Amino acid sequence: MPHSLSTPDVTTPGGLLLVLAVLVPFVGMLAGMVLGGRGARRVALATLVAGLAIAIAIADALVRSGDAVVYLLGGWAPPLGVALRADGLAVVMLLAVAVVIGGIGVYARADFGTPPGVREVRAPLMFWLLLLAVWGSLNLVFVSGDLFTLYVALELLTFAGVPLVSLGGSPETLRSALRYLLYALFGSVLYLLGAVLLYGAYGTLDIVLLAARVHPEPVTWAAAALMTGGLLAKTALFPLHLWLPPAHAGAPAAASAVLSGLVIKGSWFLAVRLWLDVFAGVVTVPSAQTLAALGAAAILVGNIVALRQARLKLLIAYSTVAQIGYLFLMFPLAAGLAAAQLDSAAAVNGGLLQAISHATAKAAMFMAAGLIYTTLGHDRIADLRGVARALPMTLVAFALGGASLIGLPPSGGFLAKWLLVSAAITTAQWWWALVMLVGGLLTSAYVFIVVVRALAPAPEGWTPKASVPRYQEAAVLALALCSFLLGMAVFCPVDVAGIGRAVAPGIGSP
Amino acid sequence: MNAPTLFGLCAAALVGIGLYGLIVNPRPLRKILAFNLVGTGVFLLFGAIARRGAAVGMDGDPVPQALLITGIVVAFSATALAVALVQRLFDEAGSVTLAPDAPAKAPVEPPDA
Amino acid sequence: MTLALAVDISLALLVLAVAGWIIAVRDTFGAVIGFVAYGLLLALVWVRLAAPDVALTEAAIGGGLTGALLIGAAARLRGTEAAARAEYPGAFTRTLAAVLAVTVAAALAIGVLALPDPAPTLAPAAAAASLATTGVGNPVTAVLLAFRAMDTLLEAIVVLLALLGVWSLAPDRAWGGCPGPRRPVDPDGVLAYLAQLLPPIGIIVGLYIFWIGADLPGGKFQGATILAAMWLLVIWAGLADTPPIGRTWLRVLLVAGPLVFIAIGFAGAITAGAVLAYPEGYAKPLIVAIEIALMPTLVLTLALLVAGAPQRIPPQ
Repeated sequence: MPHSLSTPDVTTPGGLLLVLAVLVPFVGMLAGMVLGGRGARRVALATLVAGLAIAIAIADALVRSGDAVVYLLGGWAPPLGVALRADGLAVVMLLAVAVVIGGIGVYARADFGTPPGVREVRAPLMFWLLLLAVWGSLNLVFVSGDLFTLYVALELLTFAGVPLVSLGGSPETLRSALRYLLYALFGSVLYLLGAVLLYGAYGTLDIVLLAARVHPEPVTWAAAALMTGGLLAKTALFPLHLWLPPAHAGAPAAASAVLSGLVIKGSWFLAVRLWLDVFAGVVTVPSAQTLAALGAAAILVGNIVALRQARLKLLIAYSTVAQIGYLFLMFPLAAGLAAAQLDSAAAVNGGLLQAISHATAKAAMFMAAGLIYTTLGHDRIADLRGVARALPMTLVAFALGGASLIGLPPSGGFLAKWLLVSAAITTAQWWWALVMLVGGLLTSAYVFIVVVRALAPAPEGWTPKASVPRYQEAAVLALALCSFLLGMAVFCPVDVAGIGRAVAPGIGSP
Repeated sequence: MNAPTLFGLCAAALVGIGLYGLIVNPRPLRKILAFNLVGTGVFLLFGAIARRGAAVGMDGDPVPQALLITGIVVAFSATALAVALVQRLFDEAGSVTLAPDAPAKAPVEPPDA
Repeated sequence: MTLALAVDISLALLVLAVAGWIIAVRDTFGAVIGFVAYGLLLALVWVRLAAPDVALTEAAIGGGLTGALLIGAAARLRGTEAAARAEYPGAFTRTLAAVLAVTVAAALAIGVLALPDPAPTLAPAAAAASLATTGVGNPVTAVLLAFRAMDTLLEAIVVLLALLGVWSLAPDRAWGGCPGPRRPVDPDGVLAYLAQLLPPIGIIVGLYIFWIGADLPGGKFQGATILAAMWLLVIWAGLADTPPIGRTWLRVLLVAGPLVFIAIGFAGAITAGAVLAYPEGYAKPLIVAIEIALMPTLVLTLALLVAGAPQRIPPQ
């Protein structure tokens, strides 16, 4: 299989936008740090708008040119210099993250304000600065063309994610944050080890150059195994998932949405990048099958444990463990199709759609849980009475997000799972289809339980503990609708995800 | 055997030693130390590779050497964050155990235990 | 066997022995002391690998600052040692860990022995490009601030982000306050003596290492570390206090380095055709300008990372 980023190394029109996509959030973070307090929130919200505009402009440049957007930093071409490259996969992720961050930003406006009479409060200031840092790091993961720059991006993502976990400051969240940090550091050091081996063997860290130079030999296999292992620990794929549920469930709702919806997608995306673009000719189908087997185990274990949770936020966190599993089902399907010289874009698109629809749905669900917590004063699933009356819009959003996780049409989750199932059947790997079916059933069970409990009428004289602003509910619903309507991507006239990749067939022709 | 190969093998062993300590030792500070051992192992391997790339009158390939400096600074930042987290956990909970069932029993322990 | 190889083999064995001791020893405080020694031994290894820039960084940051950080923490956490002993995993986990560790080490060793000969290298490319276009004599500095300037910029942001993470661990009431405990002054103590004796020398050495970085081994990270260490020494001796983190001057100095770097980077898009490129003839002055701007940021960030989270109520 030829390497997929088939672009020559020159700066293309719109290339400068890639630098902006990475640096504008960080400049926002630096400015927010100086302005402090209310200024940080203002800067963050302004950056959200600017960042979304940059992402749209990059998508425009990509579709216009029909090829990957490239920028050579300092004018130095790899291997000596560092290139930023955005193919279709990267641009779709850039856009999705910009939208989700925007939704989370609107929601968090209410939760993370500085109260009057105080100059600056710790948690709100930190949240806004870390939100921007997460964003810049993710954009860097998507567009960086260099394995070492990607290592720095992974570490940035870790350093931004860990303080979000412990924002509340209770012993439990501190413990979760520490456990998360240790897993993440372990993961990035393994990743770096693999990158170092590759440099020793091939003399470059550039993804495109490496793709042309690697060949199947022990050093490459060792590097691939180490890097993949490290990234799995960071993505929390079963059985390296134990750090995730307490970390994601213990954080404030908006932070949980960032962590569960976005942060884990960074290391997953890098794994996809490596397997599809660097190691495409090196990895074997059995190794891809192993990844998918772990994914299948994650789907089953995550969903079953989620079903047994008594608290809503933990249920949603365990559901993330399961949904991560789906993200790894695409590996043997794409590899199997590529080995059979068939169009593997369907499986890749399926995985990508799964990532986006989960990002939007999970962010919406965590924020919905946050509103429910504020309204009821707790999030015990057994006692959700009154939610339907107090928060109708939020409950609809939760149900729509759940529908996307289950895979009901026309949601993004439906299209994602449909593409993956049809790839599984085309490559005669029907057992993955079976796992997805069982996973869907288990997911529908717990979404159903929550919705039914929430629909129960409130007792006489019940009043909400606190009322929530309407725009918070609207932000949650908007993200849930994005996820629910993402299946409409099948009607998209251009296969955006395939642009700038060697194989570029029409999207979603199931 | 020459120096780069020798220290490359030394780096491999350091990664192994650190990895073992990282998994086996339950104390967070010891895990942080073990992580640093793995990290230095990785850096040393990169250094050996840099030395192998000596050419045109240079003692080594300057690209890995520059990246190593970045790597060491990043590892230090990670260590600082981890140590700060351990200390705050100690201040709040009076213990630094990472065991998942710890939240239930931690507050019972006297803070100066 | 040549003498040099004999020295290298003894050095490698010594490094491995200290590493094994760091993992095996019971007392965490002892392990941390071992780690400081380990950092100094590694600096020797870097000299043997002809990487003086890395040797300086390893000695200053790997051994010095990391050591100071861990010694402080180990001393505070001494009381938790006994409780942790009960948590040691059983023989099964230990065996599994050993098998995993040996597998990874063996795979790496095979990888090391299988590395191609002659080794692929970017040294000729870097040598040709660095003097011709940047005017910087030290090729490592040319890589850090020209060819891969993006990594260095991101690294400055990493360090700052880690500092934000450390600060985020402050209790709410201490937000805006001074990091770390207030150190008592002991005018006759050895620390106070050192804190008066060393800083003038340290500052000169630090600035010198920073200044020669463009042409000889050394540079901003190594110089900044030495200056940070001097400041920490004065703080620990109780002769000065850490600044309250709410102060605007502190925040400005912290972000100034990366912001100047980014500004010069984007100016390159107009004057030299690419972000982080330098116009012809101005490469060296601009690189030095970036290093000077990063210097206070790095000194403050490195020192404050060691100082830890704010703990005291901010002054009104």
